[in-house]
Amino acid sequence: MKKSVFLGTLAVAGLAAGIASAQTTLEQVQARGTLLCGSNEGLAGFAAPDANGVWSGFDVSLCRAVATAVLGDPQAVEFVPLTSQTRFTALAAGEVDVLVRNSTWTFSRDTDLALDFVGVNYYDGQGFMVNTALGVSSATELDGATVCIQTGTTTELNLADFFRVNNISYEPVPVATNAEGQQQYLAGACDVYTTDVSGLAATRATFEDAASHVILPEIVSKEPLGPVVRHGDSEWGDIVRWTLNALIAAEEYGVTSANVRELAAAPTANPEINRLLGTEGELGAMIGLSNDWAVNVIAAVGNYGEVFEQNIGENTPVGLARGLNAQWTDGGLLYSPPFR
Amino acid sequence: MADLTAPPRESFRLSQLLYDARYRSLTIQVVAAILIMLLLVELVNNTVTNLAALGKDIDFGFLGTTAGYDINQQIIPFSSQDTHARAALVGILNTLLVAVLGCILATVIGVLAGVLRLSKNWLVARIMTVYVEAMRNTPLLIWIYIVFAVMTEATPLPRDFREGGSSSMIFWDSVAITNRGVYLPAPVWGAGSGIVVAIFLLSIAAIFVLRSYARKKQEQTGQQLPVLWMSLGLLIVPALLAFFVMGRPITLQYPELGGFNFEGGIQVRNSFIALWLALSLYTSAFIAEIVRSGILAVSKGQTEAAFALGIQPNRTMQLIILPQALRVIIPPLISQYLNLTKNSSLAIAVGYMDVRSTLGGITINQTGRELEGMLLLGLFYLITSLIISSLMNVYNSSVKLKER
Repeated sequence: MKKSVFLGTLAVAGLAAGIASAQTTLEQVQARGTLLCGSNEGLAGFAAPDANGVWSGFDVSLCRAVATAVLGDPQAVEFVPLTSQTRFTALAAGEVDVLVRNSTWTFSRDTDLALDFVGVNYYDGQGFMVNTALGVSSATELDGATVCIQTGTTTELNLADFFRVNNISYEPVPVATNAEGQQQYLAGACDVYTTDVSGLAATRATFEDAASHVILPEIVSKEPLGPVVRHGDSEWGDIVRWTLNALIAAEEYGVTSANVRELAAAPTANPEINRLLGTEGELGAMIGLSNDWAVNVIAAVGNYGEVFEQNIGENTPVGLARGLNAQWTDGGLLYSPPFR
Repeated sequence: MADLTAPPRESFRLSQLLYDARYRSLTIQVVAAILIMLLLVELVNNTVTNLAALGKDIDFGFLGTTAGYDINQQIIPFSSQDTHARAALVGILNTLLVAVLGCILATVIGVLAGVLRLSKNWLVARIMTVYVEAMRNTPLLIWIYIVFAVMTEATPLPRDFREGGSSSMIFWDSVAITNRGVYLPAPVWGAGSGIVVAIFLLSIAAIFVLRSYARKKQEQTGQQLPVLWMSLGLLIVPALLAFFVMGRPITLQYPELGGFNFEGGIQVRNSFIALWLALSLYTSAFIAEIVRSGILAVSKGQTEAAFALGIQPNRTMQLIILPQALRVIIPPLISQYLNLTKNSSLAIAVGYMDVRSTLGGITINQTGRELEGMLLLGLFYLITSLIISSLMNVYNSSVKLKER
């Protein structure tokens, strides 16, 4: 009797576990009430907690945008700091719902790792930072240099390729996190620090003597950085993809956090804006969200341009120019598919 | 009257499995074995199912693909165009290097600290007590970080060694201690150096012959040969003679300051020094306690008997106490060697490229094969540990009490 009760309990528990895993990511997030967002352990301008422990930054804003779209609250996010080594495992294992952590979209990650990159929120490339005291003006002069490099990144592979192709030697010093790399670089344990240019700029922004460090002109790789979700839950991937597209489209159509409520009050003359803001059509229902989801997102975090300028733009310590990350209408690569 | 000594034989009943003490333990064992098997089957099944749900399979083919990353410390040549399997091998060799050197240094420091802790000199004994207690009651990771921080923060940059810089090389400009590592002169093997090395190896063999001859002579006649001086002479003189006769074929290549770093010579990286020293210091504290317990385990009567026979204190230690103490020391020493080897996987903390950093770190990360990589890593540590313990068991059986 007791045994059958025990076995019965086991069977029910197994069944319950089966049902729990059969839930879609959207249902899990809504049931939980918070979004689990895999983020950087601390990269100024992209993702870093402030003195009060509130996370902010360029990547953080995208997480807050998704949380607003799904839960209606930009604060309903729990940030899970992940190292470059642990990030994909954490996402695949379901520890986070979405990963927005300066992750480069590559073929093997998209296919073999069974992940889905749903878009690009920053077009980047790998660069090198050196102290001006070394008198180096080009990366090809770095023969014999000691290079600090974050392990488990695409930059590690690009670095090997760059030095091999140019037939010069280097000594890699593997570091686990950006903070460790920064500390080793400042201590002089390496001559060069290499990562994505945006990361170099963000790191340099925290230096006391930022002016005595220079980012060399060579960009040695394409690093399209974007949000990542698990393979196999396309509905969830759609939500993250179109949240990002909404931010980009909003900038293109001049919708800002200041005027979005006004524009959403009644249909405007521009049908694209009307469909984006839900005053025309039923686009929100197609991805399982309310019809005014994009209005809430833009009101909470602003459009792509606002997010960029607040966190990493030219008026911030990070000081990045829009460059490739300008709208396609301004000669950049940002191009949202139409909302219809 | 029924025969009381022969009770009627009952036929076997199923309930006896539970209520009869003769069968009950068997029943429990069978049930436990079945449960453990079920658990294992469920574990494997669960893993396979969940991997399938994630769209992953178990495939070791990644080992044959191009690694694409570079490794700084290589015992065998490695380039980014080699395979992940070779990267793992480079890591394995780095692990073994730090483990072997760590075991040697830990034993030397540990034996010294253990013996000194028993010293009659109050100050020496107390200093050793503080050393042992401080080392073994703090986490190893902290010591690795401390040694690494000292090596990188308190040492000069390579560019400080330039003309007019604040630092200079030591030992007649042959050794440079920088924040990237210690640069030592490297030997250059010229023509004829093979003969010098061969003579050196032969003289080491000759030392062993001499020692066994001296022991035999002492056992037969009681005469003692000055073994130490003769061994030292044998070690140095023939090789030195050969070196000059062959026209100095072995030269030293000194490290020289190049563009960014010292070039030439041997670079002993800070990550290696930090890991090696921290592992050795930490493990030596445990070995010291093992040595102390081994010495204390030898009855005081042994020492008194030796003194009564007129044997000097140092020879008492060498000939009577230590051989008996070794029987107590060796078995726990094995587990300390195993601990040191396994603890070397903390190398990732200071970026030392051991097998945990190559196969278990970068390779896993670049290929996404966590399960396969971790299985291989576990298998490597298992095999290494089993080899170490079987070697030490052979040594243990050679020193243990021979019962006749």
